[in-house]
Amino acid sequence: MTRTKISGAEILMRSLVAEGVKTLFGYPGGAIMPVFDALYDYSDRLHHILVRHEQGAVHAAEGFARVSGEVGVCLVTSGPGATNTVTGIADAMLDSTPIVVIAGQVGAQMLGSDAFQECDIVNVTQPISKWAYQIRSAEDITRAVSLAFHIARSGRPGPVVLDFTRNAQVETAEYVPKKVGFQRGYEAVPPTKPGSIEAAAEMINAAKKPLVLIGQGVELGEAQKEVRQLIEKADMPAGCTLLGLSALPTNHPLNMGMLGMHGSLASNVKTQECDLLIAIGMRFDDRITGKISTYARQAKKIHFDIDPSEINKNIAVDLAVLGDCKKTVSAVTALVKENNHQAWRDSFNEYKDKEQRLVIEPEVFPKEGPVKMGEVIERVATQSHEKAIVVTDVGQNQMLSARYSRFTEKRSIVTSGGMGTMGFGLPAAIGATFGRPDRTVCLFVGDGGLQMTIEELGTIMEQQCPVKVVLLNNNYLGNVRQWQELFFDRRYSFTHMLSPDYGKIAEAYRIPYTLVTEREQLDNAIAQMLSAKGPYLLEVAVMEEDNVLPMCCPGDDVDDMLLEIK
Amino acid sequence: MEDKTLYTLIIFSENVAGLLNQITSVFTRRQINIESLNVSASSIEGLHRYTITCFCDEATIHKMVGQIEKKIGVVRAQFFVSDDIFIQETALFKLSTQKMLEHREISKIIRIHSAKIVEVNPTYAIVTKGGMTEEILSLFHTLMQWDCVLQYVRSGAIAITKNKRELLDEYLAERKERYEA
Repeated sequence: MTRTKISGAEILMRSLVAEGVKTLFGYPGGAIMPVFDALYDYSDRLHHILVRHEQGAVHAAEGFARVSGEVGVCLVTSGPGATNTVTGIADAMLDSTPIVVIAGQVGAQMLGSDAFQECDIVNVTQPISKWAYQIRSAEDITRAVSLAFHIARSGRPGPVVLDFTRNAQVETAEYVPKKVGFQRGYEAVPPTKPGSIEAAAEMINAAKKPLVLIGQGVELGEAQKEVRQLIEKADMPAGCTLLGLSALPTNHPLNMGMLGMHGSLASNVKTQECDLLIAIGMRFDDRITGKISTYARQAKKIHFDIDPSEINKNIAVDLAVLGDCKKTVSAVTALVKENNHQAWRDSFNEYKDKEQRLVIEPEVFPKEGPVKMGEVIERVATQSHEKAIVVTDVGQNQMLSARYSRFTEKRSIVTSGGMGTMGFGLPAAIGATFGRPDRTVCLFVGDGGLQMTIEELGTIMEQQCPVKVVLLNNNYLGNVRQWQELFFDRRYSFTHMLSPDYGKIAEAYRIPYTLVTEREQLDNAIAQMLSAKGPYLLEVAVMEEDNVLPMCCPGDDVDDMLLEIK
Repeated sequence: MEDKTLYTLIIFSENVAGLLNQITSVFTRRQINIESLNVSASSIEGLHRYTITCFCDEATIHKMVGQIEKKIGVVRAQFFVSDDIFIQETALFKLSTQKMLEHREISKIIRIHSAKIVEVNPTYAIVTKGGMTEEILSLFHTLMQWDCVLQYVRSGAIAITKNKRELLDEYLAERKERYEA
């Protein structure tokens, strides 16, 4: 029997359907037109969201992937279309987000000729992606696509770039589905060294003052339950990284708060006092460790990770437990004895109380003065019954969202951690509404970050994405201003920013809008926003020169935290 | 600052375009200069073997090898110090035939250094010499004294490990077993 030949563009459509793709974010252009033409016939199976800028497409794909656990897909044209996705690709690489970016490319016969909208996107993205590959023939599509999705979602996830030449889109071939087999050049999950599980259990059993560090690997590995069982059985307090915040419910009695620069005082102080540090699916980023040379020197360390190159990269550890943490953590739990570390746990209270008094009360429950960002975030958490997906932009809005949001469900924080990409928030929130249409999506964004990708309000308008945008407007690039205040003698060099009339912008995009300037208006405005069916823009005029505290200043030991600025 | 050591990396990868670039980018990102680099087909079909030498400290070489091995398409990356491997380079010399005839010592030098004349014509002679960097440089500097060298080129180092057989086959078999399990 001879099979019918179909165009490469249609083979791509079928391959995407076969990978379970239902949603893609994209923007058409010359070199990807045959694919968009094929998409026209597949719009019942593949829901394409037209963004307003390719950077929006890639961040939306990231937001989609982060909340759903599926691969986010982004479809753009060659040249500028492809280069506009570069920031998002780098962002997804640093935050281990599984996305596949499919970019058009000039015909194979024209490669290297500086043809119109030709850009060597494979070479551009190789250092910032998990895999970048050029498809040059229609016959190669099914193999390349299945490998791309396999690489993006397996092991430590990451972004994959497929550079799709125009000739491969229009040439015809048979559609022959391919399954990814054994790859010599890629092992998704490294083997767990014999004895390492037993050694980890022994170290945990011997520890008097253990502290667990929970990273995003726990969310990516779907090991939330396993980690909870481990810490409960051995009675071990835990801190979460920014990206790991929702891997353990905020109100869990063993959750001691966020780690790192703007984390909780208790978890940072106790990092320097514990006798065993157990890091699970985290990478000892400099924002977590503070000064590397003094970080938890007193403690023995165990590192659970799926990526062998993370072991001893930033912090040397005594024991590495390689592999999928869902399996390794539960194997260790089976061997650890039930324990009670009450005195150790109680020792956190002093620092919790101190932080509550000096930092949290004035930020979250002020009695007078301008509205503060922290109180807005806390009210949203309360009114959304701690169930919302919290998307943030980057800066003070991000750190305060991380500090004062409360999470009860997994995969509930979407933020640009490693790259710190301003402008990430709005498009990522759009993606999140497609990834989890059943959940409320709240975005906290500053006036700087919103203006970086404000064009995506067009996407929100067209798609009626129910993004609840909370604009925390302080008329500053607040985080940089804070650093200028602390480390540059209050020389506010280009951090004051004039904002447009957001009410008029919202009106132009036909998005409901409320402006809050007084504390008394806040609760009603949040209630109105959360009860609205579709998108909403809530602008809150917040204190201009507010600071995120506590803060471990650059170069300081992690427990040396600034609690007040006098 | 920690002392720098000369490390030799032996890397096996799939033979696909762009991988060399990705491997060298791990060095450039850390501003580590590659001293020598050789890439050619390995004994296993479809796999290429890289021999790369560089100076760096031990912590850095550990991290670089991990980051290289992580690249999709790289099968295995390992590093060695000089004692663990047998390392060899090849040099080609183009010498003036006239000078060789004028000074018989040149032929003697070639013999003493265990180099080999592979072609002679009225204008020039081609001499090859295999060995360690120092041996080749010693021949080069000696010949230079006779003003007879028309061209000179030295290859990148190639190396094989001293301690064991080629274990890549076994490594791949283990990996495949794990994959199938």
